[in-house]
Amino acid sequence: MVEKKKTAYWMTHLGLICGVVLIFFPVWVAFVGSTVSQDDIIYPPLPLLPGPHLIDNYANALFRGGPEGYAGASQVPVIRMLMNSAIMAFGIAIGKIIISLLSAFAFVYFRFPFRKTAFWLIFITLMLPVEVRIYPTYEVVANLGLLNSYAGLIFPLIASATATFLFRQFFMTIPDEMVEAARMDGCKPMRFFFDILIPISKTNLAAIFVIMFLFGWNQFLYPMLLTTDPNMKTIVMAVDSMIPAGDDYAHWPTVFASAILAMLPPIIIIISMQKFFVKGLLESDK
Amino acid sequence: MEKRVFFKGWKLPLLLVTPQLIISAVFFFYPSGQAIWNSLFLPDPFGLKTEFVGLDNFRFLLSDSYYLASFKTTIIFSVAVTISSMLIGLYLAALADRLIKGSGVYQTLLIWPYAIAPAIAGVLWLFLFNGNIGLVSWYLKGLGYEWNHNLDGDQAMFLVVLASAWGRISYNFLFFFAGLQAIPKSILEAAAIDGASFWKRFMSVVIPLLSPITFFLLVVNIVYAFFDTFGVIHTITSGGPEQSTTILVYKVFSDGFVSQDLGSSAAQSVILLILVGVLTVIQFKYIERKVHY
Repeated sequence: MVEKKKTAYWMTHLGLICGVVLIFFPVWVAFVGSTVSQDDIIYPPLPLLPGPHLIDNYANALFRGGPEGYAGASQVPVIRMLMNSAIMAFGIAIGKIIISLLSAFAFVYFRFPFRKTAFWLIFITLMLPVEVRIYPTYEVVANLGLLNSYAGLIFPLIASATATFLFRQFFMTIPDEMVEAARMDGCKPMRFFFDILIPISKTNLAAIFVIMFLFGWNQFLYPMLLTTDPNMKTIVMAVDSMIPAGDDYAHWPTVFASAILAMLPPIIIIISMQKFFVKGLLESDK
Repeated sequence: MEKRVFFKGWKLPLLLVTPQLIISAVFFFYPSGQAIWNSLFLPDPFGLKTEFVGLDNFRFLLSDSYYLASFKTTIIFSVAVTISSMLIGLYLAALADRLIKGSGVYQTLLIWPYAIAPAIAGVLWLFLFNGNIGLVSWYLKGLGYEWNHNLDGDQAMFLVVLASAWGRISYNFLFFFAGLQAIPKSILEAAAIDGASFWKRFMSVVIPLLSPITFFLLVVNIVYAFFDTFGVIHTITSGGPEQSTTILVYKVFSDGFVSQDLGSSAAQSVILLILVGVLTVIQFKYIERKVHY
């Protein structure tokens, strides 16, 4: 760039490193907290370097759900809740991708009766965050008998048009010659969809998958309302319920181990699929 | 914009849009309609019957000092979260943009908090500021500053803003960074040759060019602060102390699910719905015009 001064260069790095440290700090503390004993935590200050109890604490959380007698001690192994979160996140991501691919394909590549109306009906869902219609949605799910079920956790959250909107935008950029050529060769619509459209949408699929997976994994309010069975809790809810309310005690090493486990899958996805994530994020909100 | 070339037939496309229409109808239109409908009724205390009250729920809300206080809290909270996370995001993006090599590494190091659920972020910050055992509050005590966000409303507000903004820096950084990278270096070099200092170039060349992104982020961050911060509030303060951190979305939840005041909760949902509607329309209008310098 324009400046080439040495000090300016190091100041830039210094500024960025400060930012990185600020951002890492709470997570580092949580990591340290997950490697020490309860006593190390309740008699402050917490050391700034990891202790020797890493394996104990994680094994305890994962397979036994922490010791008895503490807040949120339902004794449901955290591994079970990680699985619930994974099913929910994959369900939402995949479900949303399937229904939006199909409808975006229909909107872009066909002319059919009520097309405008259907389009409008789907796109208005972009406007309302789930939090606004919590109670009535809870009732719908309850009436369908889907409380404490994976279907109940997944379906209400795929009712939004973000992915449809994105796929539509992307399909619009595909040259018309593609369809022309396909039609000339006598290619049927669904054949075009599976053999041409999906393969060329791969990067967009990956991008939307990352965004939707994070959206699903990090849900909090919805799963909290829809699940009463401890075995159906998601990991994010579980960590919250391990924090004391009133006079209860938290078993902090378990809390921290569970919090780290709750963050790990989405962080791994973001970092390993960074290219798609950045692309998805920059495009999905525009 | 429409495609010129398309497939024939109408049965297949209708079949293709059906799944999304059904899901939208069951989980979006019906519940939203219910929210609007419920807002016009007042259930009796025993839940046996409901009485049509027209707009009384709204009238009551708009004269309820708790609700108006929650409005004010929401505005303070959203403005604080939006401004602080955008400023830090812009600052870090501007620094990363100055680097020729290594900005990718910083991008990786800065974006991952986006993956952390607000409720988990809340738990992390809650521990740091825990009155008895928290690390930061312990050091603050050493400096002679007493920290207790369970009693002090201002401290509680500070903490929820901090936790919410922390998770949001990544997002703002990413957008600002992409925006900065898209600015042609030749423009900045031309300004430098004309003798403009770094600061001057930043203020009079970069900031105007970033204005569309800034505006977009403003809207998106406000929507985030309004709705997605539920987890942070719930884990850290549950709206307290004395409702000092009860933002609107939290009040919908606590009045509806905790106090079972369904009419009022529904009316609050409708008011929020109108607010989001307005924000979305502003955003779409703006993006459609594509205002650019």
